[in-house]
Amino acid sequence: MSHPALSQTPAVPATRTDPSAPAAPVPVQLVGPDGRLTDAGRARGVDVDLARRLYRDMVRARALDREAVALQRQGELSLWLQCEGQEAAQVGSVHALADRDHIFPSYREHAVGLVRGLTPAQLLAQWCGIAHAGWDPAEHHLHFNSLVLGTQTLHAVGYALGCRLDGDDAVTVVYFGDGAASQGDVNEAFNWAATMALPVLFVCQNNQWAISTPTSKQFGTSLHDRAAGFGLRSWWVDGNDALAVHAVTAEAVESVRRGQGPALVEAETYRIGGHSTSDDPKRYRTEEELDAWRRRDPLTRLRTALTDLGVEADWFDAVDADGSELAARTRAECQALAGPDLADLFAEVYADPHPVERERASYEAHLEATGRGR
Amino acid sequence: MAVLPLGKALNLAMRRSLAEDDRVLVLGEDIGTLGGVFRVTDGLAAEFGANRVIDTPLAESGIVGTAIGLALRGFRPVCEIQFDGFVYPAFDQIVSQLAKMRARSRGRVQLPVVIRIPAGGGIGAVEHHSESNEAYFAHTAGLRVVSCSNPQDGYRLLRAAIRSNDPIVFFEPKRAYWDKGEVDLDASPASLDRALVLRKGRDCTLIAHGPSVKVALAAAEAAEEDGVSVGVVDLRSISPLDVETLQRCVAETGRAVVVHEASTFLGIGAEIAAAITEGCFRELKAPVQRVGAYQLPYPPAHVEDAFLPDVDRVLLAIDRSLNFGRTTAHV
Repeated sequence: MSHPALSQTPAVPATRTDPSAPAAPVPVQLVGPDGRLTDAGRARGVDVDLARRLYRDMVRARALDREAVALQRQGELSLWLQCEGQEAAQVGSVHALADRDHIFPSYREHAVGLVRGLTPAQLLAQWCGIAHAGWDPAEHHLHFNSLVLGTQTLHAVGYALGCRLDGDDAVTVVYFGDGAASQGDVNEAFNWAATMALPVLFVCQNNQWAISTPTSKQFGTSLHDRAAGFGLRSWWVDGNDALAVHAVTAEAVESVRRGQGPALVEAETYRIGGHSTSDDPKRYRTEEELDAWRRRDPLTRLRTALTDLGVEADWFDAVDADGSELAARTRAECQALAGPDLADLFAEVYADPHPVERERASYEAHLEATGRGR
Repeated sequence: MAVLPLGKALNLAMRRSLAEDDRVLVLGEDIGTLGGVFRVTDGLAAEFGANRVIDTPLAESGIVGTAIGLALRGFRPVCEIQFDGFVYPAFDQIVSQLAKMRARSRGRVQLPVVIRIPAGGGIGAVEHHSESNEAYFAHTAGLRVVSCSNPQDGYRLLRAAIRSNDPIVFFEPKRAYWDKGEVDLDASPASLDRALVLRKGRDCTLIAHGPSVKVALAAAEAAEEDGVSVGVVDLRSISPLDVETLQRCVAETGRAVVVHEASTFLGIGAEIAAAITEGCFRELKAPVQRVGAYQLPYPPAHVEDAFLPDVDRVLLAIDRSLNFGRTTAHV
């Protein structure tokens, strides 16, 4: 299917303070907040099968996410970092990638993990305190979470360099947030990728808040404009419009694959929950703001669009049932999670023989002496 | 046998590693065309090309972070940090990312990354160019920390480090880069966790690493002239510590003096003193003595000779050990 190109951020952005500059551009949008197709959406047309896949995965992600919050509130899970509100940014973008495209997530990309085939148990393991990483990165071309903000952007740059050295046309895709964009590592990564023209796609989910710090305290200029200064091509997209996110990411990732150099997608979205289940967002943002973003909910929006396109209520019921089933599975898998013994960890720190393994004997002797041996 | 300076021996170790394994890459600032500010990578870019000997942007976190990504892709990166004092921007990538990633993955990923750091003082440099920061890294589980002292050992240890599947911080004594020694280029890679007994002694054991080994050997020679038999152990590996070798040597002499350029407070000498005390308490004839820098930021070069451990300070420490318990405390 051939489409008119989606508007890329101009290489030299207009200065915001210049009154003669053109009106501020808007993010790419194919479906409006009311669920009706925009002019761009009508011109492009909708691939209904794709839209159904995106919707189904968003419903699944929300079901898992809400169940995880419930599990945390009930004491079954230590902590959860909600992705509610960001489903379109995650599902839309990951569906636009090839399976061989290697992903480095930050830590809130549960929907990305689900689409890549992670089980609820794998997604929850870290947050119930039994592991630091819930899955093997090689299994789904998906690295595990990085909790020190932005560090993974440099890992992605190195991985992309490795792909190029290997003659592999896979694109390395790295997710990060608006808060991480202030970190030195992220800006080093932009510079390295651009300087070496590496096959990296940076995907920023700008969810407006870094815990309590709003983007107005993070950005002197918008991230998609900043990208141009580094020599990255960039797109700005309504991150609550799954079809737009998919279209923009597809265009961006294929341009990277064709060798046009690294690119950035900034998806404008919103974190409906707190930063984590330990956070209280009422202390720093208003109900009015939250309500305004709830009215732009990515699931409702795509459901309206699909209904207008003739998708029947039965289909939505089946998708909801699928979501409920995943929620039940999430609960069951969470309750079945079992942690390692401390003794198992001594041999896993180093690849080559190391005397730390002798500390295992000391630990086991302690267990024996205190009557707690296995 | 060839007679080579340390810098050249390290260069040949990388050259051989690059030739033996096409997954080995070398990356860092000014290491390609220029051959590094100390010329340790001289000629490697010309021989192996810009895809394997990579000049990077001036960004240390980027060097290590990118090396992690390369290692995850199956490469074996050898990073050069230009000077000891420039490693701190990469500290998070080293201690939180590189060191922990294997354990976080429960052994599913491995990170064969070597971080070479020219370290130590004594070259009359400006600030941030003379530091001995091994203790920061040795305190981090998941890293190995190696310090070489001479051309033969540098060659063998660096080859072993590049072959290892673990992340390694590899310290090179910058003031010894031009010191020559015999190098057998066919010598096998060294064991990465064994100290080396360079000199046997009956009365006291000196323990040193990197640039301080030369000082320790000179002190042992001087003591010999006074009729005191002093052994010297080159640590080579700071983490893990070869506690067995240290305890065996000290058990024979009953006396130990640790020498390093880092300040003694929480320096590696403190750990060594504890390990020796735990293992050789009954054999010890005196408390373990430590000789290191003072607890000051590295001073201007004009006074660095007074700041760094030298032969006289080591000899005084040996005297303190020999005279321990006598009424005249100092000779």
